[in-house]
Amino acid sequence: MTMTLLVDIASWILLSLGGVLIFTGGLGALRMPNLYTRMHAASLADTMGAMLVIAGIMLQAGASLATLKLAAILLFLLLTGPAASNALASAALLAGVRPDQATDSTAEDSK
Amino acid sequence: MYYVVTIATLVTMALALTRAFLGPSIYDRVLAANMFGTKTVLLLSVIAFLYGRPDFLDLALAYALINFIGVLAVLEFIRLRAQSEQTDRSDGGL
Amino acid sequence: MTTLFGVFMLTLLVITALAIVRTSHLFAAVILTSIFSLLMAANFFLLDAADVALTEAAIGAGISTVLFLGALALTAEHERVTTVKRLLPLSVVTVTTLIMIYATFDKPRFGDPEAPVHQHVAPWYLEKTPEYIDIPNVVTAVLGSFRGYDTFGEVFVVFTAGIGVMFLFSARPGNRKNSQRQATAEPGQGLRHYLVPRVVGRLLIPFILLFGLYVQFHGEYGPGGGFQAGAIVAAAIILYALLEGETQALRALPLSALTVLMAGGALLFGGVGIAGMLLGSNFLDYSVLAADPIAGQHLGLLLIEAGVGITVTGVLLSVFHAFAARGRV
Repeated sequence: MTMTLLVDIASWILLSLGGVLIFTGGLGALRMPNLYTRMHAASLADTMGAMLVIAGIMLQAGASLATLKLAAILLFLLLTGPAASNALASAALLAGVRPDQATDSTAEDSK
Repeated sequence: MYYVVTIATLVTMALALTRAFLGPSIYDRVLAANMFGTKTVLLLSVIAFLYGRPDFLDLALAYALINFIGVLAVLEFIRLRAQSEQTDRSDGGL
Repeated sequence: MTTLFGVFMLTLLVITALAIVRTSHLFAAVILTSIFSLLMAANFFLLDAADVALTEAAIGAGISTVLFLGALALTAEHERVTTVKRLLPLSVVTVTTLIMIYATFDKPRFGDPEAPVHQHVAPWYLEKTPEYIDIPNVVTAVLGSFRGYDTFGEVFVVFTAGIGVMFLFSARPGNRKNSQRQATAEPGQGLRHYLVPRVVGRLLIPFILLFGLYVQFHGEYGPGGGFQAGAIVAAAIILYALLEGETQALRALPLSALTVLMAGGALLFGGVGIAGMLLGSNFLDYSVLAADPIAGQHLGLLLIEAGVGITVTGVLLSVFHAFAARGRV
C-alpha cells in the first residue's frame, strides 16, 4: 500500500517538474530576443522536460511492454532532439545569422 | 495526476505556435515546428496513459522519428535554396 | 476535461489555418501546414481514432512536408498577392457556412449510441469480427476483409497517382538556364557538412526501418497497417537521401526497383483476389486461401497489407526522387 503511494508521489513530482520545465522552455522560446538564445531555451528545456515526464509515466506503468516502448521513445527523443538543434544552429550559422554580440565595458575602459 | 503536465504541454504548444507565426526568420519557424513536434510526442504519451490505452504509444514513437526527418528536410531545402540563389548571382543573373 | 482539450486543439487548428491562408511567404505556409497536420493527428488521437492519427502523422507531417518543400524549390518563394474584389465568392462561402452550421443543430450528440451511424453495419462488424476473422483490431478487419474492394481501389488510386507524377516529371525542362545550372553544379550531396545530424541519422535509419516493419505486421493487433508502414519506410529512405545525397540513395534503391515496387504491390493485392476466384469462391474472399477459413483470412490480410505497404513505399519514393531530380541544383 505504501509502495504504490510512494510511486504515485514520485511520479507526481516528476510529472509536475517536467511540466514546469516544458512551460519554461516554451516561454523562453517566445520571449528571448535572438534566434540562438531561443534555440538554447527551447532545446535544453525540451530534453530535460521530456526526460522527467517520461520517467514519471514509466513509474506509473510499472513493469510492462508500455515501459519498454516509453524507454524507446525517451531514447529517440534524447538522440534526435539535440541532433536537430545542432543541425538547426549549424544551418543558421552557415547561412550567416549572427548572434548578438554583447559589448564588453572593460575593453572599452582600457582603450 | 496527469492534468498538470497535459495543460503545461498544451500551453507550450500554443506558445510554440505563436513563435511560428511571429518568427522573423526561417529558422525561428523551424525551431517552433521542431518544438511543436516534441510536445506532440509528449502529449500523446501522457494522454495514452490518461485514457488507459498504453498500446497507443506506437503513435508517439512514429511522431518522434518523423519530426526529426521533417526538420532535416527543411534544413536541406534552405541550403539548396541558398545555393541556387548563389549560383544565380554568380552567373550574373542569367 | 476531454472536451476542454478537444476545444483547445480545435481553436489552435483554426488559428493555424487562418495563418496559412493569410501569409504570403510560402515557406512559412509549408511549416505551418506541417504543424496543422500534427494538430489534426492529435485531434484524431483525442477522438480515439488511432489508425487515422498514425496515418496522418506519417504522411501529413512527414512526407507531405518534404514533398511541398521539393515543389517549393521549383517555384517562387512569395505568393503573388492579387487585390481583386472577391465579393461574390465571399458571399457564397458565407451563405454555405451558415447553412452548414444550421444543419449541425440537428446532429446527434457526440458518442450517442442511438445515432444512425451506429445502427446498421457498425454493430454487425463489431459482432462478426471475432467470429469470421478473429483479430483484435476491428479497423483492420473492416479495411482489409469486409471492405476489401475499397482498399483495393485505394491501392490503385495511390498507384495511379504515382504514375501520374512520373508522367508529369518525365518531360525535360527545355530551359537554357536550367541546363547551364546543371552543368556547373555538383550533384546532390546532402547534409555532408553537418557531422552530428549525419551520424545520428545514420544510426537511426535501421531502427526506423525496423519500426516500419513492426507497424506493418502489427496492424492486426494495434494501430498500424500497410499505409502507415509504407510511409514510415519511405521516410527512412528519404532520411538517407537527405543525409547522404540523392545519388547515393538512388544507388541504394534505384528507380527501376521503385517501379517494380509500385506495380508489384498492386499486383500482389489483385493476385490475392484472383487466387480467391481460382480456388472457387468470390474475388477477394480470403476464407478459401487456407484449410481453416480464419487462417485463410489471416493469410489474406497479411498478403494484402504487404501489397499496400509495398505500393505506398514505391509511390512515395518515386515522387520524392522525381521532385529531387527536377530541382537538383
